[in-house]
Amino acid sequence: MRNLLRFLIKNNFFILFLILEAISLVLIVNYNNFQKVKFLNASNRISGNLYNSYSSVYNYFQLTKINEQLSRDNATLRKRLQDVLLSDIQYGLKKKENEGLDYRFIPARVINNSVNKQYNYITLNKGSLDGIKPDMGIVGVDGVVGVVTNVSEHFSTGQSVLNKRWSLSAKVNDYFGSLAWEGIDYRYAKLNEIPFHVNLSIGDKVVTSSYSSIFPEGILVGTVKDFKHESGDNFYDITVELSSNFKSLSFVEVIYNVYGEEQTQLEKLNSDD
Amino acid sequence: MIREILHYFVMFVILVLVQVLLLNNIQFSGYVNPFLYVLFILLLPFSTPKVLLLILSFSLGLVVDIFGNTPGIHASACTFMGFLRPLVIRTITSRDSIEVDELPRVRHMGMGWFFRYSLILVAAHHLFLFFIEVFSFHGFIHTFLRSIFSIVFTLVLILISQFIIFRE
Repeated sequence: MRNLLRFLIKNNFFILFLILEAISLVLIVNYNNFQKVKFLNASNRISGNLYNSYSSVYNYFQLTKINEQLSRDNATLRKRLQDVLLSDIQYGLKKKENEGLDYRFIPARVINNSVNKQYNYITLNKGSLDGIKPDMGIVGVDGVVGVVTNVSEHFSTGQSVLNKRWSLSAKVNDYFGSLAWEGIDYRYAKLNEIPFHVNLSIGDKVVTSSYSSIFPEGILVGTVKDFKHESGDNFYDITVELSSNFKSLSFVEVIYNVYGEEQTQLEKLNSDD
Repeated sequence: MIREILHYFVMFVILVLVQVLLLNNIQFSGYVNPFLYVLFILLLPFSTPKVLLLILSFSLGLVVDIFGNTPGIHASACTFMGFLRPLVIRTITSRDSIEVDELPRVRHMGMGWFFRYSLILVAAHHLFLFFIEVFSFHGFIHTFLRSIFSIVFTLVLILISQFIIFRE
């Protein structure tokens, strides 16, 4: 016992080093299911407020670009409104294909964002007080951005598509696959599990599928940039050019499915069998 | 003594702010990402107790982690760097002993010494950081290249900062 103590005291530097490394490793490995450690992420009060004030200064210099983006958004919405009005007039009340699915949108501002890590996160300036909960989808003007993971009262953080821990159910030409980022270039991601009998061409649109309760069906994810079929493989190797520009995100909308919880709970019954 | 502690505390805060608000937003084609904040560990006085050095390095990394949503990654890399610092100083210093009032700065120790000192420690930190971030040796070349580019960028920033800010 005394020898052990003497050893510990003599090597205290090395042992402290090992302890600190062990703590860091525990943090790294457990982060995904470490929701209890709320203070250790960018949605906490101090870092959230700092990023908030920083981004208000930053956004001031981005005003032109943001205006452009918003007016573009307006234009698309107005066009969609016109389509809806037209079809209402022409066909009377259009039968809703997505009946039972009801999505609401909460606008938010991106106050922190990265593209250069392997696990990229975004911080939004809305939190639980605005009705945001974990597992809600985030979409930008140009398409899917990510999913909310942590929420505090005034802020929330989410994994963006550029996060190797997250993959997204997407479809191309009505075939379903899963979209995952490879951690190399922030403009491109890979679409897996598309069987090779599907006819593909460069420029095909990749949109969200109806299989997840996070996103409504048909939100743009990106376009097919390149596809290969390795011999002996059952699936295509598809490179997708992401439609959202992750380097210049400023305004996004958080989507929530009013009946999403009901759907997940119902689906859970099946997995319990 | 109090003034000195305050001096290093201010340096800690400024370096962290510069890192999270400015440098974390810099990236060229996803490759180059400088981590200037390690300068804090480089500039601590020679007389810093080894245990304190480790704790300071760890907390520096942890603060950067909290802002960057990368819990543990910077903390482990910084702890590693703090662990190596005394060994590196012992290895590359040719003089028998370092004078009490000397600090690890260019003007005290000379350009060559400071360059070697920062190169070894920054390289150790960045390689550790990038490999722990990927957490595998899959895509070794890609990760290695990312670290090399970032090492060069960080070193350039450190040397520039030595001539502009810490000139005195």
